Amino acid sequence: MSTDLLLPTAEDRGGPAQPILLVKGLRKYFPLGSSLFGRNRGAVHAVDGVDITVPKRTTLGIVGESGCGKSTTARLLTRLIEPDDGEVIFDGEAVGTHGGISIKELRRNLQLVFQDSFASLNPRMTIERAIAFGPQVHGLPAKEAVERSRDLLGRVGLEPNRFGGRYPHELSGGQRQRVNIARALAFNPRLIILDESVSALDKSVQAQVLNLLMDLKDELKLTYLFISHDLNVVQYISDHVMVMYLGQVVEVGPVEEVYRHPRHPYTQALLSAVPSLDPHHRTERTPLTGDPPNPINPPPGCRFRDRCPKAHAVCASIAPPSVVVGTDHSVACLMADPASGHPDAI
Amino acid sequence: MSNLITVSDLTVTFGGARPVHAVNGVSFTVGTGEVLGLLGESGCGKSVTLRSLIRLHPPRRTTYGGRIEVDGQDILGMDEEQLCRYRGAVTSMIFQEPLLAFDPVYSIGRQIGEAIRRHTGIDARAAEAEAIRLLDRVQIPQAAKRYHAYPHEMSGGMRQRAMIALALSCRPKLLLADEPTTALDATVQIQILLLLRELQREMGLSIIFVTHDIGVAVEISDRVAVMYAGRIIEQGPIADIISAPAHPYTQGLLASTVTQNMRGSRLEAIPGAPPDLANLPVGCAFADRCRQASAQCRAAPPPYDSRLGRGLACFHPLTESVAP
Repeated sequence: MSTDLLLPTAEDRGGPAQPILLVKGLRKYFPLGSSLFGRNRGAVHAVDGVDITVPKRTTLGIVGESGCGKSTTARLLTRLIEPDDGEVIFDGEAVGTHGGISIKELRRNLQLVFQDSFASLNPRMTIERAIAFGPQVHGLPAKEAVERSRDLLGRVGLEPNRFGGRYPHELSGGQRQRVNIARALAFNPRLIILDESVSALDKSVQAQVLNLLMDLKDELKLTYLFISHDLNVVQYISDHVMVMYLGQVVEVGPVEEVYRHPRHPYTQALLSAVPSLDPHHRTERTPLTGDPPNPINPPPGCRFRDRCPKAHAVCASIAPPSVVVGTDHSVACLMADPASGHPDAI
Repeated sequence: MSNLITVSDLTVTFGGARPVHAVNGVSFTVGTGEVLGLLGESGCGKSVTLRSLIRLHPPRRTTYGGRIEVDGQDILGMDEEQLCRYRGAVTSMIFQEPLLAFDPVYSIGRQIGEAIRRHTGIDARAAEAEAIRLLDRVQIPQAAKRYHAYPHEMSGGMRQRAMIALALSCRPKLLLADEPTTALDATVQIQILLLLRELQREMGLSIIFVTHDIGVAVEISDRVAVMYAGRIIEQGPIADIISAPAHPYTQGLLASTVTQNMRGSRLEAIPGAPPDLANLPVGCAFADRCRQASAQCRAAPPPYDSRLGRGLACFHPLTESVAP
């Protein structure tokens, strides 16, 4: 398959050692408005001080329960919503600041694929046109854009002569998700954010799409940010994994190490909640009780302490800082910090 | 173990100019106190089969064939009044989205109480006490307070617990579960599965649990039936199906499911997509995606052969022990 594409490939500016994405202190609160008497009702702390580092040509998986801020993070990174605070550096260039990379330029380099493959596509456009639409807006002549679109359809495994003229409703869910991936590729992006992109697919189709994603990553030297609630899929596809809880990162590290030796009690609970697939060893007790709490005005201290089996008085007063516990492996738990005063600290 | 449910050669067709054959000759039995998992991908007919057991399909557009017998009663032959008595009292159902299953304008406690009064005729005070007891039983904290909560005021996991309380309020013998944990987080999903298992043992319930997730099926079922294009293609004890699948589709489904420690290996995806239910092939519906397929498979659908607790519909099974 040829890799020479018609749009100029955004060049690797920072060199291989420069992380493609560096995020520091990303924060977004959604205010709840004020009550009848003008009293502020507080805010949803959707993303609260998140740091992310994604090295080039790797995959970072983000996991967590619903409402933990995974998708908000994705939207903040693509500037679909404006962050309240925080610095985003794309391949060495600060995003949206004077002298840095512009938002328009960023979006050419960074594309999103969503969960709902049908809602993501314009129902009145053939898929060939849907893929050509973006590059055309960015100034590629119509003829070349369509040519490029057909090339991409072939690349994601949809025969352009057979499928190019179809509308989204004429495709199956797996085929539609391939179209969305092709459309994301239309700009020759360097980073693709996959927000639950394979979650709605049936297992047999999900495997096809995962294989496709792995192939494309190698062929096109892509970097992925893979957001999912399915821990098995994240383990399969990611190099690093980041565990989020109530808008904060609780643990981040190489996927094998985090899965084998999870240090945060929340990561441990999350991993043991995965069905085992072994009928002789069914899960016998629940690793966590209760639902994920509400991110409105979270309590001070550790946000997980209400559900944590190892919580101690000290957890209520100190917000656990991120502590390095291994190569690239850090955890935000007082038990990982010997100086914290938690009785189980090591 | 006596059979509580006997389904024989069930067919469900949704009418119109282009009829959709959603279920094409499904037969199975479920014993008292047994949990059957119905496993399959979207559009395979698992939910349609489940809903037929309580006759939830729109009567004017649905044509049933075959026979469903639950607790000695012929379900397909019931009139509307008999159905009302049957639903809730003998068989009840829980759904994927409890927010849609509850009435948004009444508190959950009142809805549970209403169901109890409708079926048992006890007075309002006693029904309230019973509803609170049930809410407490499904481990809803502060049940007496939660009695007055509206569905939108509860979290997804709590709503699902409330729906289980509602479904079990009239002490049914059979619980139909249509992907009740799919919309929940993994940590909440396992809580609900454990709760269902506990209640099932305690009440001696039979459960038919529809899911597309093999992991969930393993956690809850004694026996599992795998469906494809409106037919059961393989059936047996969960441990046997997982360790030695005989149908190529079951094998493919297991191989393409991402499990722990599969990193670095390429996934064995099943090529293609399921067939169109309005235009089913004459032969085996899986033949086009199957590596084992032969001319025989394309000529006529393989008969469903059941023996030694295992059933299979395939001309070329992968495991010799269950070969017809």
